Amino acid sequence: MNNTIKNRERTDWWFRQLFRATGLLTIGLLGGIFMMLLLNSIAFFIHVSPVDFFTGSQWDPESAESKYGIAPLLVSTGLVTIGAMIIAVPLGVLTAAFLSEVAPQRLKMFLKPIIEMLAAIPSVAIGFLGIVLVGPGIAKLFGIQNGLNAMNGSVLLAVMALPTIITISEDAINSVPKAHREASLALGANRWETIFKVVIPAAMPGLIAAVMLGLGRALGETMTVLMATGNAAVLPKSFLDAVRTITATIAIEMGEVPYQTTHYFALFAIALVLFAITLAINLVGEYFAGRLRKFQS
Amino acid sequence: MSDSKLSAQGLNLFFGKKQVLKNISISFKKNQVTALIGPSGCGKSTLLRTFNRMHDLSPDARIEGLIKLDELNIYDKKIQVTEIRKRIGMVFQKPNPLPKSIYENMEYALKIHNFPKQEIPALIENALKESYLWDEVKDELNKPAVQLSGGQQQRLCIARTVVLRPEIILMDEPCSALDPISTSKIEELIVRLKKDYTIVIVTHNMQQAQRISDDVAFMYLGELMEFDICNNIFKNPKNELTKNYVGGHFG
Amino acid sequence: MTKKLKILIDWILLAGSTLLVCLILGVILWDIFSKGMSSISWDFVSQFPTHGMTQGGILPAIIGTFLLTIITTLFAMPLGVACAVYLNEYASPSLLTNIIRASIRNLAGIPSIIYGLFGLALFVQSLKLGTSVLSAGLTLGLLSLPYIITTTEEALKRIPNSMREATLGLGATQFETIKDVVLPRALPGILTGVILTISRAAGETAPILFTGVAFYINGITLSLDQEFMALPYHLYMLSTQHHAIEQVRPLAYGTAVVLIALVFLLNMVAFYIRFKHRSQQDV
Repeated sequence: MNNTIKNRERTDWWFRQLFRATGLLTIGLLGGIFMMLLLNSIAFFIHVSPVDFFTGSQWDPESAESKYGIAPLLVSTGLVTIGAMIIAVPLGVLTAAFLSEVAPQRLKMFLKPIIEMLAAIPSVAIGFLGIVLVGPGIAKLFGIQNGLNAMNGSVLLAVMALPTIITISEDAINSVPKAHREASLALGANRWETIFKVVIPAAMPGLIAAVMLGLGRALGETMTVLMATGNAAVLPKSFLDAVRTITATIAIEMGEVPYQTTHYFALFAIALVLFAITLAINLVGEYFAGRLRKFQS
Repeated sequence: MSDSKLSAQGLNLFFGKKQVLKNISISFKKNQVTALIGPSGCGKSTLLRTFNRMHDLSPDARIEGLIKLDELNIYDKKIQVTEIRKRIGMVFQKPNPLPKSIYENMEYALKIHNFPKQEIPALIENALKESYLWDEVKDELNKPAVQLSGGQQQRLCIARTVVLRPEIILMDEPCSALDPISTSKIEELIVRLKKDYTIVIVTHNMQQAQRISDDVAFMYLGELMEFDICNNIFKNPKNELTKNYVGGHFG
Repeated sequence: MTKKLKILIDWILLAGSTLLVCLILGVILWDIFSKGMSSISWDFVSQFPTHGMTQGGILPAIIGTFLLTIITTLFAMPLGVACAVYLNEYASPSLLTNIIRASIRNLAGIPSIIYGLFGLALFVQSLKLGTSVLSAGLTLGLLSLPYIITTTEEALKRIPNSMREATLGLGATQFETIKDVVLPRALPGILTGVILTISRAAGETAPILFTGVAFYINGITLSLDQEFMALPYHLYMLSTQHHAIEQVRPLAYGTAVVLIALVFLLNMVAFYIRFKHRSQQDV
């Protein structure tokens, strides 16, 4: 009898260690990803000075002088993402407000799956629509040759960021205490004034979290921008110029560069920059999401 | 006291920095029912849970003092907690049958403790009879336990504890979620079980404590205020607080 | 501006935005399905591509995606569930668990292409698995891990403590409690999360770009060390890299229909499990 208890306790102990090991694995994974990026980037910076990397205005690794300036990629990434946020933030927040403040329960039951379906569509399918539908539409609208440009990317990324923004915004708006609304209504404000002047401002930390996490999603998206933005690695001047984001550059060039050349390491260096940016944005988003959670409980 | 089965000496319990139990010394006599009473938050459930080490899972719980089952220190590092919980069974406030059939609920307890397979059916039948549930369920042992009534579920939980032949049964307000008829059935059961087991029961219900217990401990703000035989606590309390509480003046 | 007009504008803003979001989904589905359904036939899903990919079906891409998601699931589900069990059942709040949770949140935010780079460095090069369906599946597994952990933990949190007390009180060890009560009860919730995560992984392209996906393979192979075709990559190649892009448009549309249908089907299975489980719990 005593022996079986010892065996059971031993099994328990082993599984406990096993489960714990998987927890440690997640730390190892994050650390591993970071180290992989860092080590390869260091190998790159041995050959190319960080100053040239960050200040150079040309990305042209294949040319004779091998230009490794990240600026065109960074500006492209920034332009497409900012464009996406200009579209997705108002649309997402207003939709979230409609969902949580106006829509009756039955309409909500219908709208929620729609948002989940939108989130489920693979990015490559959205990119495909950029080629066959949105791009030609933009070309027609502005009378230009083709629509594979920053604006196309922004529209598509907006679609991809919308579900994230709507879902988290709705949580944020839902968590505004009822008393706030009642106070506003009691002062004679109507429902709309209450939504715009009381509820949305009160939900601000959560809304910031929503925007940040949506932004992170858009920044890291690869296939959509790869397919729909024209992929010209030059400094764009307007939304109608073709652009090439960091993610698209990695996707295009990694398949073709020889192993462990400067060019190869360069792709890890731009990935490290992207990693740092998304990490920072997610941390800000998480900080505000944490405040939202505290608010809710 | 020679017939003491379970005892605590100088027991302190902290949750983080907050002290929940203060220097409690108490001993429970063999084959008796002892009721722990006191206002909500006085620590009576917390005390009960120290006796089968249910606080082991709360990371911020810290225990000082000694708890002895006969001569065995149950918090001794060499003692396995599973063994303690087999010898000191527990019945919880809300009936918590496993999402399995009635039979499997009983069988589970025996299986984890590696009882010989051929003995299991007889042990189950016995325990169900002991818990006055056999006649009600003998034809539907494969029915999901959650389909039983609340009172039946609680008796099943008692049977599930009894089947392991524990020495002590701890009960944490076992009737608080039940209707009066189910409650009286369980009270009847408790009184009959004490010939084989030592029972410690937490209760909110003064009448219940009077009906079923031999000894009564009155707790207040984490301290044991008074501990005496049932009659004395209710008819002739020495402590002013006890008098007010059992008289229904607060709580 | 009169007050009534203002209210009207506000109403149009809110309802209009919502309507626009619905319209976006409608346009996406309408465009793809209206132009893609004509390509769908039994031959399309059961034949190999022929004539330099300008005719024939997409069978190898379907098989490749299927194999890929199986590897991903087999790798990520045990690890993810185990990690969630550790966090929710064993670990007490401590510096370590805080670091683990922070890691998980940050892993979820890392762009998928970076997982692709990591998969290339770890599986393809360091572990010498080469560009193969195994490397790609493991890479997608790493990508899926944080989502599976999070959804599993939510499922574990919904199980009342009284269930755990029931078996612990009988003298079961913690592992026995997890194995016999906690995991069986949480299974529908865990499965819902896993299937939703896998449906996302099935549609991912960036992480498999450098880890094993191929434009065309000859014949069907189920061996794990071979390159493979996958639906999303097939769609990407047909719509951007093919030598006769306009000619293969219908095939691209057809592939998009199959891909989206597959993802929606997985989603529906997940929602069905969730729905069924909820209604069972109500009994």
